Amino acid sequence: MMKPARPVGLIGYGLYIPRYRIAATEIARIWTDGQAGVPVEAKSVPGPDEDTITMAIEAARNALARAEVPPERLGAVWVGSESHPYSVKPSGTIVAEALGATPWVSAADWEFACKAGSEALTAAMALVGSGMQEYALAIGADTAQGRPGDALEYTASAGAAALVVGPAEEALATIDGTVSYVSDTPDFFRRADRPYPVHGNRFTGEPAYFQQIQSAGRRLLDELGRAPEEFTYAVFHQPNAKFPQAVARRLGFSDAQIAPGMLSPQIGNTYSGAALAGLCAILDVAQPGDTIFMTTYGSGAGSDAYALTVTERLIARRSRAPLTEVYLRRAVPVDYAIYARWRGKLVLG
Amino acid sequence: MQIARHWRQRTTRYRLEGQRNRHSGVVRFPPQPPALGEEPDLWEPVALSGRGEIYSFSVVRQAPEGYEALAPYPVALVRLAEGPLVTAQLTDCSEDELAIGQPVEVVTRRLLDTGEDGVLVYGYKFRPVLQ
Repeated sequence: MMKPARPVGLIGYGLYIPRYRIAATEIARIWTDGQAGVPVEAKSVPGPDEDTITMAIEAARNALARAEVPPERLGAVWVGSESHPYSVKPSGTIVAEALGATPWVSAADWEFACKAGSEALTAAMALVGSGMQEYALAIGADTAQGRPGDALEYTASAGAAALVVGPAEEALATIDGTVSYVSDTPDFFRRADRPYPVHGNRFTGEPAYFQQIQSAGRRLLDELGRAPEEFTYAVFHQPNAKFPQAVARRLGFSDAQIAPGMLSPQIGNTYSGAALAGLCAILDVAQPGDTIFMTTYGSGAGSDAYALTVTERLIARRSRAPLTEVYLRRAVPVDYAIYARWRGKLVLG
Repeated sequence: MQIARHWRQRTTRYRLEGQRNRHSGVVRFPPQPPALGEEPDLWEPVALSGRGEIYSFSVVRQAPEGYEALAPYPVALVRLAEGPLVTAQLTDCSEDELAIGQPVEVVTRRLLDTGEDGVLVYGYKFRPVLQ
């Protein structure tokens, strides 16, 4: 188990979900005559002026509002994503400039499929835990792409979550420990310059999502010497509605423990933002003393597990930025034609 | 030249940074260079709250080059809480949701894509206040 020499925790948290939704039945109407089962009810769709950078900025502003940390005191602005708008030119510098954190700050982009945001979180724990910096901002944000008609198109959505990491004595939730588990697993990938990712067929699911999450999750529980039922809440990476429910049960967590952090049925898979956004939704309802078990997943593949404990500081900070519920409630449905236009799926000659 | 023009405006566009008169306290936006004969540090940079209300609005249906994909889109004169009147696009709303006097808040969005080998330009827009 990894635990920095100096205890750390979350000082602030913030989430962003775009306003638009496309119903899974609307996608099924186009490709399967509405006959096939669907993996979620709807997914979030970024507006025509939104991308990973804009969503990261709003999530980060929410996190900073809760943290009440002046932006110039951030030691790092790290953005994890598989949909950075530029191939070369960091999203991190633009986000840091927009927040007012420049110029004396580390800014970088992280990449590990859906686990890019949690890579940034673990690194932020180390940066603060070593005493090199007081505060670090870790962001997971994505505008995920699915090939038209592919199973992925039902779930690949958009959203962002931002976490300000700082000293445990200022934290709204302490991070009590983490583990990281990775293996070379070809379950899902996108080659450079290709627009859409592909699944490695038989590697999806069992040898990938389940094996990695169960390994990381069990190891953290063992090393903490705690049982699943001792946690108030749990949240897992959410590529659809079924996988996180199944992996929770296998690890010994109940449906009630994961319910507040289950966002995928309403907004789909926000990739790098998924588990972190679920954590934000849990922090919206948690009480001091509650414990949270979070396990992320990234294809390729790997999983990070974290144990957190909520402190009394959460109550006052929670209301300083919009709750998850506000972003979920403003949902405006779009049809497949609008979705195709906005997402660049129409190629004009 | 276009890259430099956009870069120069980044703090104004990203953070809605205006200027405050050190003597009178008057706030202006966008920032301007000192006038002839004016003391050079009369106006200091100030980050604006981004809160305001719609003073007036219209809808662009015949969009200029580079904005066609957004049309139709609303634009507004927004009276900021600090006083200045700002012209900006509205986002996350449709025409029938808008009214004069409506409270709005600033967001940072993609303003313009200058082409496959050009930069992406980010900056302020306003949306109805989240609630």
